[in-house]
Amino acid sequence: MIMLRRHWPWLLAVVILLAFPFLFYDWSKGRHSGFVLTLMSEIGVMAIFALSYNMLMGQAGLLSFGHAVLLGMGAYCAAHVVLLVKAGSFWLPTELVPLAGGLGGLFFGYVFGWLVTKQRATAFAMITMGLGELVSAAALMFMGFFGGEGGIPIDRVMDTSLVGVRYTSPWQVYCLVLVWAFIAAALMRLQMQTPLGSMANATRDNFERAQFVGYDPRMVRLYQFALAGFFAGIAGGLYALIYEIVTFDTVSAGKSANALLAVYIGGAGGFFGPILGTIVVVLLQSGVSLLSNAWLLYVGVLFIVMVMYAPGGLIGLVFMHMPIWRAGRMRELLVPYVKAFPPALLVMLGFVLLVELASFTTIGAAQGKKFSIAGNTIDTLAPMPWVVAFAALVLGGLWLRREARGFRERWDALMEGAKGVKPASDPKIQIAKTQEAMS
Amino acid sequence: MEVFIVSLLNGLVYGMLLFMLASGLTLILSMMGVLNFAHASAYMLGAYFAYTISQYIGFWPALVIAPLLCGLVGAAIEMWGLRRVHRNGHIAELLFTFGLALIIEKVVQMSWGLLPVPYRVPELLDFPLFKIYGTQFPAYRAFMLAISALMFGAIWLGLTRTRVGLVIQAALTHPDMASALGHNVPRIFTLVFAAGTALAGLAGVIGGNYQVTEPAMAFTMGPIVFVVVVFGGLGSLSGCFIASILMGLIQTFAVVFDVSLADLLAKFGFVVTSTTPFAEVLNVTLPRVGALLPFLMLVLILVFRPRGLMGTRDT
Repeated sequence: MIMLRRHWPWLLAVVILLAFPFLFYDWSKGRHSGFVLTLMSEIGVMAIFALSYNMLMGQAGLLSFGHAVLLGMGAYCAAHVVLLVKAGSFWLPTELVPLAGGLGGLFFGYVFGWLVTKQRATAFAMITMGLGELVSAAALMFMGFFGGEGGIPIDRVMDTSLVGVRYTSPWQVYCLVLVWAFIAAALMRLQMQTPLGSMANATRDNFERAQFVGYDPRMVRLYQFALAGFFAGIAGGLYALIYEIVTFDTVSAGKSANALLAVYIGGAGGFFGPILGTIVVVLLQSGVSLLSNAWLLYVGVLFIVMVMYAPGGLIGLVFMHMPIWRAGRMRELLVPYVKAFPPALLVMLGFVLLVELASFTTIGAAQGKKFSIAGNTIDTLAPMPWVVAFAALVLGGLWLRREARGFRERWDALMEGAKGVKPASDPKIQIAKTQEAMS
Repeated sequence: MEVFIVSLLNGLVYGMLLFMLASGLTLILSMMGVLNFAHASAYMLGAYFAYTISQYIGFWPALVIAPLLCGLVGAAIEMWGLRRVHRNGHIAELLFTFGLALIIEKVVQMSWGLLPVPYRVPELLDFPLFKIYGTQFPAYRAFMLAISALMFGAIWLGLTRTRVGLVIQAALTHPDMASALGHNVPRIFTLVFAAGTALAGLAGVIGGNYQVTEPAMAFTMGPIVFVVVVFGGLGSLSGCFIASILMGLIQTFAVVFDVSLADLLAKFGFVVTSTTPFAEVLNVTLPRVGALLPFLMLVLILVFRPRGLMGTRDT
């Protein structure tokens, strides 16, 4: 019962994640939507990856530009293990393949970590970038381990399952991803509370003092890096099982950048930020990239806006409201929010229209695509759409600025008022506390 | 000998091109502590601006206008972007430029298309200057050498002989003191950032038609420029110069010498067969490893000598 009371958000998450794919279930054919399942599996894998990246960036303050190396090495290790099991060299259940990837990640995390954790801050960023480039160049060069450009194709149907599942359908793989995602997330959550996790925070916040306490920051960084490698490796193993091929793409700078974007957009340091960020980034990547050529631009702009205006990420924005929530005056923010919504929407629409117009005149035209909204084809070379887009952007911007000023005053007043209020026992606050405790 | 001299010249050309990019970055990095990921994007912008301008009014005006445009872009980035982010620390600044690099690449793709643009060497310089052992040396490469040597001279004179240069040098090492003496340090930052970006733009103008002008050029050039800056050492223009030339020579010579570790071992009477452990690593030839060498150098120098060749402080 205590379990249930304390850990209900986890259970709720399990239920939602299991039920969600059924919203897209094709009842007439009696099968799941493959796209949704693959998308959700990818979110699961990337969430583990982002959380492991958060162990470096959020917890230890180490900005890595080569985290995908650990993911990729884990994936390659898992792929080789699958090939060996298939060849009959030894027996391993399919369910434990991600663990093999994790151990591979741990090994390479320790080896590479030994090199890179000699440095911190900018030098650490540089050296991880160098390592990332080094490994992705090597992945194209050495055929034996990396399989060159073709990568290493595997077949996940190994008939060695512990529970008698063959993993032929995406649904079965999704369940496996879910199980591993929860195991990894729970372990990482626990790791935050270990002395190592606390010391990682300490070396991030005050490097000199952490040394005075008697810990060797280098060792803290190394263990943190190796453990992050373990979890990234688990993600890699799952990646290998989902896509049944591991290519140099898994170690590439693009994958590392994805983790960075996800963690930063979601909010580094906490636990839910990286998960939220992963969902946003993967949805933008997979969903918007179907509609638009410019998804990377949207992610980039979102990223820059976060860096400039909300360094705490999306989750930080939510938690900024906490004092006002506690004071029970959230309702007073409703009107300013509603008032700021139309101009914000206008700015966004103007921006998207502008980007899409530009994108369709060059890239779209080269691909032979036509820009159309709700069936109406729009001539991207005519001046009218451009004028409309510009007008929406500029007018929306001015309007938003006006509303933002009013919002700011309201906000400051509420914050000022919230300072003196002590939290009362209120069911709402209980929820807020749980959220805080979990983050 | 023939191969050696030709490679030496090509290496010098490439090295000087790298130096034009790296000198701006090294000033920005050592002065403001900002690892500017968007620096190579300025290189790309320079090339694309020059391509567009040269279509309308020719290459020679582009040689002046494109870098100036890049400088303006740089100044705008510094004034409206970096200064704002500065409060959130170095990591935030770094991430800001990282996001900027992503955006610029995408914007370039949307403005000029995904494919390489036909940005060509001007006709005036499109002839072989001289022949060495039967290999022609294009006049344009000599022109590149001349421009970059000129720039090197100008930077060096500007930094050591002019008042602005001395203030920059002072702000480089002691920003607070320079500020206390009444110099407008933020404006100097903007100036240096704009000048660095303009220099990268100039490198793009003369390098874009020497290499290929495509949207991926920033992301291929960027890491190499970082390697040069870190290798040369922070706050040292001469270290940066040496590192650039070294990197240019290494990359050019790596393509030429078709040897592998196995060949080297064979000289000592140790024959590598396919069953030898690490046979694959030993058999890889130098030209194939060429692209990998800069990053190997980066990792090694950061592990063993984090301040770089001639740096005054750790990265």
